[in-house]
Amino acid sequence: MADVWGWFADPLEFEFMQRALLAVALVGVVSAVVGAFVVVRGMAFIGDALAHSSFAGVAASFALGTSIYLGALVAALATALGIAFISQRGRLRFDTAIGVLFVGMFALGIVIVSRQENYTVDLFSFVFGNVLGVSWNDLWLMAGLSALVVVLVAAFYKELLFTAYDPIVAAAAGIPTRLLEYGLLVLVALSTVVALQAVGIVLVIAMLVTPAATASLLVRRLHLVIFVGVAVALVSGVVGLYVSYHAEVAAGASVVLVATAFFIIALLFAPRRGVVARWRLDRVRNDRLERAVP
Amino acid sequence: MAIKAQTEAPDAAATVVSVRDVWAGYDGTPAVEALTFELPAGALVGLAGPNGSGKSTLLKILLGLLKPWRGRVEIFGQPIDAVRKRVGYAPQSEMVDWDFPASVGDVVMMGRYGRIGLLRRPGADDREAVARALNLVGMEGLAQRQIGELSGGQQRRMLIARALAQEADLLLLDEPMVGLDATSQHDLLSLFETLQSEGKTLLVATHDLSCVAACFSHTLLLNRRLVASGPPNEIFTPEILSEAYAEHLLLLPTEGGVYVGHHGHG
Repeated sequence: MADVWGWFADPLEFEFMQRALLAVALVGVVSAVVGAFVVVRGMAFIGDALAHSSFAGVAASFALGTSIYLGALVAALATALGIAFISQRGRLRFDTAIGVLFVGMFALGIVIVSRQENYTVDLFSFVFGNVLGVSWNDLWLMAGLSALVVVLVAAFYKELLFTAYDPIVAAAAGIPTRLLEYGLLVLVALSTVVALQAVGIVLVIAMLVTPAATASLLVRRLHLVIFVGVAVALVSGVVGLYVSYHAEVAAGASVVLVATAFFIIALLFAPRRGVVARWRLDRVRNDRLERAVP
Repeated sequence: MAIKAQTEAPDAAATVVSVRDVWAGYDGTPAVEALTFELPAGALVGLAGPNGSGKSTLLKILLGLLKPWRGRVEIFGQPIDAVRKRVGYAPQSEMVDWDFPASVGDVVMMGRYGRIGLLRRPGADDREAVARALNLVGMEGLAQRQIGELSGGQQRRMLIARALAQEADLLLLDEPMVGLDATSQHDLLSLFETLQSEGKTLLVATHDLSCVAACFSHTLLLNRRLVASGPPNEIFTPEILSEAYAEHLLLLPTEGGVYVGHHGHG
């Protein structure tokens, strides 16, 4: 018993672990809330693109010595609005607009970084994540942005739901769908920035997509996808962090792997939409067919 | 309450839709040209025409989703933006994501969102309106059902229920009959008649001419231009139909009128 207790309690003696737990909790909540919309709208590519474009902002603020979060936020928001603008005005396919912009922004980040002398450690903590290095100041900023995102989603939930499900009918009913489409991109940008330092640019998309995707296999109403997604993300965050502490592996990647494991379990064993459930349903149907047609 | 209901009831002689010389299209290519027509209150109108004849475009114009290049559209004597709440729309079933995580009740409740307004939650009267709409389309008891588990006929009726929950007086329905078996088509048609008897005006886009001839009091025959408009038995003549459908149709004069069959890929 003492060992089990120690497994949970010992890491908490370190303040960096307490901060890391708070950080993965914040990232889990905000990513799963926005991720539910990302998953039902098929916006995964956009989320990945916004995370990668924020690298330009991270690099620029690193070079200028300003707040990394501010830089990431400006770059992600600029890219989000750029994508929306090009695809609405430029007569390009949405994914083409995304592809052009995010690679351009990422290249800009690399160019800025290549002019720096002493970039390696700090900058790479943003590429691959460094949740153990999160400061109290970072946490306050993350908490502020998370609260903003959650409040906005709660306030405009029914309009976001209508627009996500049926944008044309929503527009006909007088819902400002274009504004909401822009707004959703801004929410995705905000949540990628929240997740940036904890899991890193490369893995941000996993936090946005994986818990929500897991939830959508288990429950079939959007608000339930959000709640279950938050639960999956919180458990993945905490378990992943403990595993990384005890196994001495990278924290962000460990959190993502635990979330991926939950996803695979749901994919296989979800009550109605899981692979096994569908296989059994098919077998029952085949049996009935064979009995009906001897 | 009774007085209010009376003043709001559509005047039988009133014009619900008025379209004057409307041209519209996409990317400089016209999809509809020089449309002029009026629809009286309480009419059950079939909007017929071959694929690509501009039926969906016309519905989008009436909904205010596509601005005409020229011409004037009035709904209940006003521009669409002033009367959005009174105009309900059910899209083609294939335009809807049936895998979306939502229940039937969730989707029908969306019809109330325009009325509820920003920053407010649905209340008791909204839930009541949803229950009434489901009742009217014969789907009471299915509010909790997952939308992905509905049959084709139930899908169309749910989309119509959403427009009804909005308490719309003009209903625009895009191809609600496509792919339905005879029983479901029949159910849908009797629903249209019920709605008509409640004073609603219905404009139903369809490319099924036999259905238009049998079931609608009024027909708009579209082929980019308005080929004809009026009661089906007046406009379903070989001359008018071949103008609308050109090479797509096989026309055989019969005793009571004209037999219409599609040939080729029409």
